[in-house]
Amino acid sequence: MADHAGVAGGDEVDLSRRKFLTRATIATGAVGAVFAAIPFIESWSPSERARAAGLPVTLDLSKVDAGQMTITVWRRSPIYVVRRTPDMVARIAGHDGELKDPESDHSDQPSYAKNPLRSRTAEFLVLVGTCTHLGCLPKQRFAAGELYPSWPGGFFCPCHGSRFDLAGRVFEGSPASINLRVPPYSYPQEHLLLIGADEKGAG
Amino acid sequence: MTVKTATGAAAPLPKTGAAGKQGFRAWLNKRLPVDQFLATQVTEYYAPKNFNFWYYFGSLAGVVLVLQLVTGIYLAMFYKPGEATAFDSVQFIMREIDWGWLIRYLHSSGASFFFIVVYLHMFRAFLYGSYKPPRELLWLLGMAVYLALMAEAFMGYVLPWGNMSFWGAQVIINLFGTIPGIGPDLVLWIRGDYGIADATLNRFFSLHVAAVPLALLGLVALHLVALHEVGSNNPDGIEIKEKVGADGHPLDGIPFHPYYTVKDCVGIGVFLVLLAITVFFVPTVGGLFLEAPNWEPANPMSTPEHIAPVWYFTPYYAILRAVPDQRMGALLMLLALMAFLFVPWLDRSPVRSMRYRGWMSRSALAVFAVSFIALGYLGLQPAEGLYVVLARIFAGLYFAFFILMPLYTSLERVKPVPERVVYRAH
Repeated sequence: MADHAGVAGGDEVDLSRRKFLTRATIATGAVGAVFAAIPFIESWSPSERARAAGLPVTLDLSKVDAGQMTITVWRRSPIYVVRRTPDMVARIAGHDGELKDPESDHSDQPSYAKNPLRSRTAEFLVLVGTCTHLGCLPKQRFAAGELYPSWPGGFFCPCHGSRFDLAGRVFEGSPASINLRVPPYSYPQEHLLLIGADEKGAG
Repeated sequence: MTVKTATGAAAPLPKTGAAGKQGFRAWLNKRLPVDQFLATQVTEYYAPKNFNFWYYFGSLAGVVLVLQLVTGIYLAMFYKPGEATAFDSVQFIMREIDWGWLIRYLHSSGASFFFIVVYLHMFRAFLYGSYKPPRELLWLLGMAVYLALMAEAFMGYVLPWGNMSFWGAQVIINLFGTIPGIGPDLVLWIRGDYGIADATLNRFFSLHVAAVPLALLGLVALHLVALHEVGSNNPDGIEIKEKVGADGHPLDGIPFHPYYTVKDCVGIGVFLVLLAITVFFVPTVGGLFLEAPNWEPANPMSTPEHIAPVWYFTPYYAILRAVPDQRMGALLMLLALMAFLFVPWLDRSPVRSMRYRGWMSRSALAVFAVSFIALGYLGLQPAEGLYVVLARIFAGLYFAFFILMPLYTSLERVKPVPERVVYRAH
């Protein structure tokens, strides 16, 4: 124990000084703890390897027949690419009243896909094939009347019953709240689809 | 060696055992309060003498915790986390390790038994008002154990890397994506990749075998310290500490050991028989304890026809699916869990035990128990047609139990509570 006799003020303990020093020490320690936590928190972010594996991918569109869907993978998500026939395109119109977000105002898509067909061209529909509800894979139910008589064709999620039309727009009564996502994509050449990059660069 | 006295003169250390028992026991107790601990916490810890069947489940939860720790340590010796190795290593354990199948089935069945025991333990608290003052914190600590257990079970179910592991993780992690603003970034951070991947599996392994079990052990210890501080409730909901005999012990109390250690041994015996029957004859319980799609490796390109979590999560899952809006669904699911935390303050009844409450509290608890089980069943069924309608009705009843609790517990007429516990010697 230190001998207080030699300290000015004798045995009196300066409580306000002690309180200030205690609080200052705790505050400094807390700041240090926050900074020390950063590396541990950041370590959970996608690694360099995972980010490299998430670079854009290409798809040869000449291999996709009219009315068919092909599935490719980008960033571990299935990407649905549908070559819509004129009949399928026609079936996208006429049920806007049954949709939650017909204009895609609250949905997630690049600006060039914010239109009723949700695509750059009427022919090709490019979607992230995970349900916007909780990430299951919606199944293709493209034929009219396949689910019920007035069904215009689209996608049906088997997990929780979300329904989407042939532009990936969600129907009322589905647990999903927004339309199927559209990834950034572009056509660098004819018949070549580049998924994950557009004029703005890689996304 | 010497110690300084107040005057600064040297004094000899007191001789070990100078004023008491000699030998190792005395030596030990001078350095570690073993006897004192056993006396205050076990042999002279007085518990109410009228414990009944419902009081088995606390000690059983402790037994399952030990079972899970031991079998888990052994599984971790053979299991290899990682996208490419996880599924195969579980099959390796099941087929090629001597008795590996037994250790694995004990662990997988143990998880379900943990929840059976915990749900019955919680029901007991509702039955006898064990969350009412002064046991609010005891209840909250128990709820923290329950939440940690849910995290532990969820991450454990991902480890075998079967297809239901994968898609269950997909659905649960995506729930965080419904948080406004930070949702999508949070999901990316939790997964460590653009999908459920190697990174996700490895961090879940670390959390499942180290972080969460440590938290669980700490919380269980706090739960027990809080229990021994306030003392156990009992089926009559009477405070036994208020009637103390000449010897200073509660008149309606008996020492935990030997009386309740013996009683609990009977419960443990019955429990182990049920566990053995499950492990040896019906380890999957028809898809309830282990789901069929988990015998297929994880496949990110193929969703199982019906995604359902293991039975102990299905009541909440049914609530999630009953709501036709994802954010509201996730919120209600969270509320369904959090509602338990408020029970000590929602319950306004002047008595603890259902034995002395009126018909309203009793019916409410019955309706709640039925709703919980019905939601559990509905969560296993596809989300369509009548199932959704029923899930909405039972979800409404579930929440009504909590929301209306301040009303029915204060409006009803209660019976007089006896002075001493109701007890028939046997």
